[in-house]
Amino acid sequence: MIVHSIFFYFFSVIAIFSSLMVITSRSTINSVFFLILDFISVGCLFIMVGAEFLGMILLIVYVGAVAVLFLFVVMMLNVAEQKQSWFIGKKSTHIPTGLIVSVLILLELLVVVGGWKYKEDVMSSSSLVFSNISNTHQLGLVMYTDYILYFQLAGIVLLLAMIGAILLTFRERIGVKKQSYFKQVSRSPSTAVELKDVKFNEGVKIDD
Amino acid sequence: MIEYLQILGQEVYKIVFVLVPILVSVAMIVWLDRRVWGLVQKRKGPNVVGPFGLLQTLADALKYIFKEIIIPASANKIVFILAPIVTMTLALVAWAVIPISENLVLSDINVGILYLFAVSSLGVYGIIMGGWASNSKYPFLGAIRSAAQMVSYEVSIGIIIINVLLCVGSLNLTDIVLAQKKLWYVIPLFPMFVIFFISALAETNRPPFDLPEAEAELVAGYQTEYSGMMYAMFWLGEYANILLMCAMGAILFLGGWLPIMDIYPLNVIPAPIWMIVKILFLFLLFALVKAIVPRYRYDQLMRLGWKVFLPFSLIYLVLTASFLFYFDKLPKGNL
Repeated sequence: MIVHSIFFYFFSVIAIFSSLMVITSRSTINSVFFLILDFISVGCLFIMVGAEFLGMILLIVYVGAVAVLFLFVVMMLNVAEQKQSWFIGKKSTHIPTGLIVSVLILLELLVVVGGWKYKEDVMSSSSLVFSNISNTHQLGLVMYTDYILYFQLAGIVLLLAMIGAILLTFRERIGVKKQSYFKQVSRSPSTAVELKDVKFNEGVKIDD
Repeated sequence: MIEYLQILGQEVYKIVFVLVPILVSVAMIVWLDRRVWGLVQKRKGPNVVGPFGLLQTLADALKYIFKEIIIPASANKIVFILAPIVTMTLALVAWAVIPISENLVLSDINVGILYLFAVSSLGVYGIIMGGWASNSKYPFLGAIRSAAQMVSYEVSIGIIIINVLLCVGSLNLTDIVLAQKKLWYVIPLFPMFVIFFISALAETNRPPFDLPEAEAELVAGYQTEYSGMMYAMFWLGEYANILLMCAMGAILFLGGWLPIMDIYPLNVIPAPIWMIVKILFLFLLFALVKAIVPRYRYDQLMRLGWKVFLPFSLIYLVLTASFLFYFDKLPKGNL
């Protein structure tokens, strides 16, 4: 048991330390690296309490995909310079907006923590009668029976977000030649080569 | 506490017994890779150091150890040094869950396949960190290419894994192998095996998808600024990753340590040897592809990943699920 608590404190100290470093470190790249460290240590905590499925999914989704995109954005855009200009620039609208958002999040957290006391007992759910089955099985049993509606709704929300993002960034480029693999491969030598008589001073129009 | 230390000691002992063979076999498959590459091109390949040139990799490693490590003045030193370490560690850490035979596995966790998937998706960090920390154009371009490529092909690998999991009904790697006792999944899921193999090539940045280090365009991609032992670590990590992907293919599709048929002369051969033979077979395919196929263009690579493999594996997933449901073959698990 002692060993278990040593590991618990080890991972929690790393998690708290790195989440503090995310918001305090100067360089944005370092922030993202600390965020990754935070995700990994929280994933380890999940695994320690026996929620191995959640821990692994956290690693795959957040560390394997989301944080990579964060890193991309931070590396490509020069965020550090932008941050400097926000603080130096006279009319900065970012700090008030940020303050409002963070106050809202604080209030929400208070509501959630307060509401925790009055929550329904999740374990009374009808499907959770088996006790000796694995964590992943239990999750599957509940997710696809009692909570199927919420599960599908979450999927639809994500799909909508994806379509929205594509729609926002989509721009139709005119005059771009696209390669059609089918056309290319299905060409025969007789259609590929064409002999033309070139008239003087007129030339040949190559493209159609 | 003393009890715990004893357990820890045993674990360290076991870990060393897994790691050392892996490192040795990484050295050997580098030799095999170069040898196959040479033979395809009608060259001899490395054949001087040791019998058949088997010690060539050790000689190379020795050379790398004695070379000076140069860190560019404008590089971010910590991240620069961390990148090869991350690559190497992640490549080796994944071996903890690979079962070599029914009882020979370091840790037989419930979510083994998810662990493998998570670790292989973390592999991209070594490359991004190396590319960014070098603070130079070509490494950065190479790193960005590589990250986009690995993230794209992970998606189809994930769906292929779900295909297999539907047939097994468990995330445990030992269960996945034991479920193939009657029929290896390479037969019913053959298209998925092909896609898995090609995605594994892209995931490990092997030719024909070695765009991150396309020497004609990007010098050497994210490894450009690395020298000496740090370069060698990248290189060892890469090959350990390739070996890992081969092991994953062997477990998911080729029945892991199971013999081809459960008949007399075949089932006497010990299980680990079957596993090794299957990994080597897949690696031989990797090496042949490297020698035979020309490099893809970047937009073709992305098209293949998103527009061909992803829809195809999704459709195959629906087909598999409907087949299993209709013929009532869905695994019941341990309920």
